[in-house]
Parts: sequence; C-alpha cells; structure tokens
Amino acid sequence: MAEPSPARPLVRLLAWVDERFPLSETFEYHASKYHAPKNFNFWYYFGVLALVILVMQLLTGLWLTMSYVPSGEGAFASVEYIMRDVEYGDIIRLAHSTGASAFFAVIYLHMFRALAYGSYRKPRELLWLIGMAIFLVMMAEGFFGYLLPWGNMSYWAGQVIVSLVGAVPFVGEELMTWVRGDFGISDITLNRFFALHVVALPIALIGLVFVHIVALHHVGSNNPDGVEIKANKDDNGIPLDSIPFHPYYTVHDFQATVAFLIVFCAILFFVPEMFGYFLEKPNFEQADPLKTPDLIVPVWYYTPFYSMLRATTFPLFGVAAKFWGLVVMGAAVMMPAVLPWLDRSPVKSIRYKGLISKFMLALLVVSFFILGYLGTIHATPLTTGIAQIGTLIYFAYFILMPWYTRIEKTKTPPERLT
Amino acid sequence: MSKRREEADATSKGRRKFLIGMTSAASTVGAIGAAVPFVKSWTPSAKARSAGAPKKADIARVGPGELLSPIPSWRGKPVFVVRRTPEDVERLATENPELADPESEDLARQPAYARNAWRSRSPELGVYVGICTHLGCSPKYFGEAKPEDFASDWEGGFYCPCHASRFDLAGRVVKGVPAPDNLEVPPYSYLSDTEIIIGVDEDTVAAAGGDVHLAAQPGEDPEEIA
Ligand code: HEM
Ligand code: FES
Repeated sequence: MAEPSPARPLVRLLAWVDERFPLSETFEYHASKYHAPKNFNFWYYFGVLALVILVMQLLTGLWLTMSYVPSGEGAFASVEYIMRDVEYGDIIRLAHSTGASAFFAVIYLHMFRALAYGSYRKPRELLWLIGMAIFLVMMAEGFFGYLLPWGNMSYWAGQVIVSLVGAVPFVGEELMTWVRGDFGISDITLNRFFALHVVALPIALIGLVFVHIVALHHVGSNNPDGVEIKANKDDNGIPLDSIPFHPYYTVHDFQATVAFLIVFCAILFFVPEMFGYFLEKPNFEQADPLKTPDLIVPVWYYTPFYSMLRATTFPLFGVAAKFWGLVVMGAAVMMPAVLPWLDRSPVKSIRYKGLISKFMLALLVVSFFILGYLGTIHATPLTTGIAQIGTLIYFAYFILMPWYTRIEKTKTPPERLT
Repeated sequence: MSKRREEADATSKGRRKFLIGMTSAASTVGAIGAAVPFVKSWTPSAKARSAGAPKKADIARVGPGELLSPIPSWRGKPVFVVRRTPEDVERLATENPELADPESEDLARQPAYARNAWRSRSPELGVYVGICTHLGCSPKYFGEAKPEDFASDWEGGFYCPCHASRFDLAGRVVKGVPAPDNLEVPPYSYLSDTEIIIGVDEDTVAAAGGDVHLAAQPGEDPEEIA
C-alpha cells in the first residue's frame, strides 16, 4: 500500500464523518450544488448581510450580558460602567446599538427587494410569511432591548408602548398590569424584558432564520426578472440560467460583507449615536418615573408605524381613538403578510409590471420615509394631517393592489434571464 | 395479509384511536394546568403588591395654586396633589361645555367620594394619578389661568406634552384631544389636617378586612368612618 498523501487523513476524516452525519451532503445541497439564478444584483446582498448582523448581535449581546446588571438600581450604572470602565466595553456596546439600527436598515432593504421583484409570490408564500414572523420578532426584540439601559427614554417609550395594550377594550388595564408585572414600568418589568431579550427571542429568531433558509433552498431564489429558472433545465435537471451558489455567490457575498463592515465601522467609530436617531439624548439620563421627556420618540426604525399610531386621532363606533391607533399600527405592520394573495399581476418583477404598480411602489417608499420623519418630531395639526395622508397611501398600496395589478398593461417577461 | 391479521388490525385501529383520544384529552388538561403557573407568575408578585402600599403626603407644604413637590409616587406612578385657589374652586363648579366627562360618569376613574365637580374629597385639595390616560406620559402642571402656547384660553390644569392632551384642574379631560378619559383619582384619605394617605380609603380598608382609622375630610374625627 502506498503512503497516504498529506491530504488523505482529512479526506478519510470527512468520509468518517459523512458516514455518521450528512456533512458533505448538506454542504452540497445548500452551497456547491444549490443552483441560484445567474442574475442576482445589488438587492440580493441583504439576506447575507442580515445573517452577518445576526451573528454580530448575538456575539456583542452575549458579551454585554457579562457586565450588564438587569435591575432598576443597577442597570443604568452598569451601562455607564460598560461604556467607561470595561476594556473595549464602549465598542461592544455601541456595536450592539449600531447593529440594531443596521439590522433594521438591511431588513427594510431586503423586504423592499421582495416587493419590487415579487419574491413573495407563488411558490414563495411560506418563505415570505416566515420572513414576516422574523420581522415581528425583530420588532419585539428591539423594543425589549431598548428598555434595558434604563435611561429616561427607555422608561417612557416603554411606558407609552405598554400603555397601548391598555387600549384593548374591557381587559386592557389588567392585561397591562400582567405584561408589566407591576402597576407601572418597574424593576420587575425590566427583568422580564431582559429575559425575553436575551433568551426567548434570540432563540426564536435563530429558529425562524433557519427555517427561512430551508424554505428558500427548497423553492429556490427568485431573481430581478421574476422568471422561474426551473422552467428551463438541462439534461441533468439543472436550471440553464443558474450558477452554483458556491463558489460564485459565496465570493460575491464575501466582498459585500467586507464593504458593509467598512461602512458599519465608520458609523460605529465616528457617529454611533447618529445625531440622536440610533441612541436618543434623554437616554443618557437615568429613568425617572416622575418626569416625562418633552418629546417621546421611538428609535427611527419604528417611527413610520408610530406616526400612523399618532395619526389616528378620531374615535369610531364609540371606541376611543387610542384603540384604533393600536389597530392601525398593528394592521400596518401585518399588512405585507397578505401580499401573496393581493398581487394579481401576470408578472412578478417590477421590471415588467405596468405604470400604476411602479407609481404605487414609489409612493409607498416616499410615504414610508415621510411617516418615518414625522414620527421623530412634535405632532402639530399640520404634521398630523400629512401623517394621515401618508397612512392612507401606505394602506392604499396594499388594499388597491388586487385592482391595479389586474387592470394595468404589463410587458411580457423574457423566457430566459436577461 | 392473512384474514386474522386484518381482523387484529381492525381491532387495534379502534383501540389506537381510543388511546390517542384519551391521551390527547388528558394532555390538553395537563397543558392547560401547566400553563397556569407560567401565566400567573407574570402578575404582580407579593413584593410588588406590597410596594404598592399606601403613601403619606404632607399637604401643609402645598400652597394655593401650587402642586405638591417633590411629586409623591404611589405604586410607581406620580401623584399630583394640587391646592386650588378659591377662584379655581368656583370656576370648576361652573358648567364647562369643553369637557368630555364633566360629571365623572365613568365610575372607574374615581372613588364615589370624588364624584363631584372637583373630583376630590374637599374642594380645594385635588389628588390625581399623574399618568395621561392616552399613552401614559406624565402631564405637566400649568396651574395659572393665562394664555399658553398650547391654548390661548387656558384656565389652568394639566397639559400632556406627548400628544397634547389637556386636563382641567380637577383632572377632567377636554374634548377632542387624544386622551379619552379623566385622570384617575387614587383612593386616599385624610390622616389629619396636614397629612393625607394615598392608596387607602374606606373601601380598601373594608376589602382588606382591617380597621384603620381614617377621616373623609380634614379636621374630621378619624373614628367616624373606621
Ligand atoms: C434575520 C433576518 C433575515 C435573514 C438573516 C434573512 C436571510 C435571507 C437570505 C440569506 C436570503 C437569500 C439571499 C437574498 O435573497 O437576499 C433571503 C431571501 C429572502 N428573504 Fe430573508 N432574511 C431575513 C428576514 C426576512 C424578512 C423580514 C423577510 C420579509 C418579510 C424576508 C423575505 C425574504 C424573501 C421573500 C426572500 C427570497 C427573495 C428572492 O428570492 O427574491 N426575509 N433571506
Ligand atoms: S400620552 Fe398624553 S397625550 Fe399621549
């Protein structure tokens, strides 16, 4: 027998593992033999970037937990301790807070891509719904996390959002006490939110992201043309317009990750507070249950929805406006979930949809930005009026979709990818 | 498959169905039972409930037109103790069409003894939970009747900066603002002419089965409502 070459032990080890665990098989299924459309563009980076941020958040979060004290007495001081005394504590803490904003920025772009290219449509409805579940969990995760520094904005933003629960007819008051575990936001609420933020929701998020990828690889990615590549296969059953994910897209995504991290570090090192949009000023003061900050503003990624809440100013059917505000905000967040059943267009991608679809999508983006901005400033009758129009446009995009996607004139998409 | 095997299968199918039915029923009951501790453990603990204990406040320190400061806190919430001037007392008793619930029809917002024009035990001293009934910010005290940025015809009261809700000096909400209800009046009683206790009144004492001596009005003999 010949001497085994240096590579042989590794090959043998792999064979040994493969007999006991589907390692090569899994890698092939998800990477080297995962056939992705050949025409991915810029918009297809954000899924991978979301994965990168998820890992970063888990890592920085774990490290923060090592120095953070979840108690009304200790929380604020422990965050100051992390910022000032823990070696590199400020970097770790700011990476986590900046990471939260980056996460939402990336996810909003990721979702916008799906809107533009019709990625939510058959056969990706379940993939889309899993994505929506991820979005909800992320929103809850961000909300619970925001209470933890126990700054005055943490406290009062928590108070305002938990008060929303109180708008539920009949049981609201009790439900609110149940959520807080106390008669106001307190130590007890803080501890509970901490447990949810560091244990329950991260586990849920990891599980959901896992099934998100499994569902994606089962149905295959959509692409900017919105044409199914599985319709044209070669003799081996491999889509003609595909390339294997590894090494082509892995290398591609690696570059995007590096570019992203450069931008991320620039923000982290130079403008981690982002002029009060990522970390708000009143939060550098400890929570004071007796003193409301003059302007209560959530972090930027909630402000479009917060605007819609504030824009709901009239009672209806004898039920107070604040309940309808809760309904409008909840509906706005959940609305995209029904997209797969609202879109009746014969084509998927915005490239081949008609003028009305293009116009509506542009309006949606503009109104989302305006609502987002209005949510960061004091409400006046004028801004409330604008926010009401913005809210109508936001809902019109969804509710009118079955109509405008059917009547408009579409272009015929190509048989093969362009 | 042999005939006997088929017969056996048929019987075991029935038995399997029965077993699955029984175990599902039992597990449902078990799951509901198991959920109870998890759900219940989120309600306020004994410690939280006792921290919600009554709070005394020295009212000698608050002059006419003033708000007691530092603001006392009861159950973690700010409590506004305000002493009204004779003009305020009179104005509150005159009809005001701008108020959403001037007669305190919503009985859950105040104890029975505070169902009057001043929403308090005695006309000059008002005691209110300082939490806006909209989304829970703490309103600010603007006691004087003079034009303010948010209302040119301001007659004194509380203004919530969060979404601009307005309340009069008796904590009654104005129509057409986001807050739907009047400020809450906590249970409270007089311990003496110069001291009140927040969180205790005849109802809470009766509910606790205790006999504490309280007075409904300043100067009244505490024995009277015990
Ligand atoms: C932690 C958050 C998330 C992670 C890590 C993640 C990850 C990914 C990855 C790696 C891909 C493939 C690459 C790409 O298409 O960009 C993908 C595709 C997709 N994701 Fe996500 N995702 C997340 C959240 C969401 C959310 C919130 C939604 C929507 C509500 C969503 C909807 C989709 C859809 C529809 C696709 C297929 C797109 C296409 O093929 O055109 N994802 N996701
Ligand atoms: S919380 Fe007071 S007006 Fe909204």
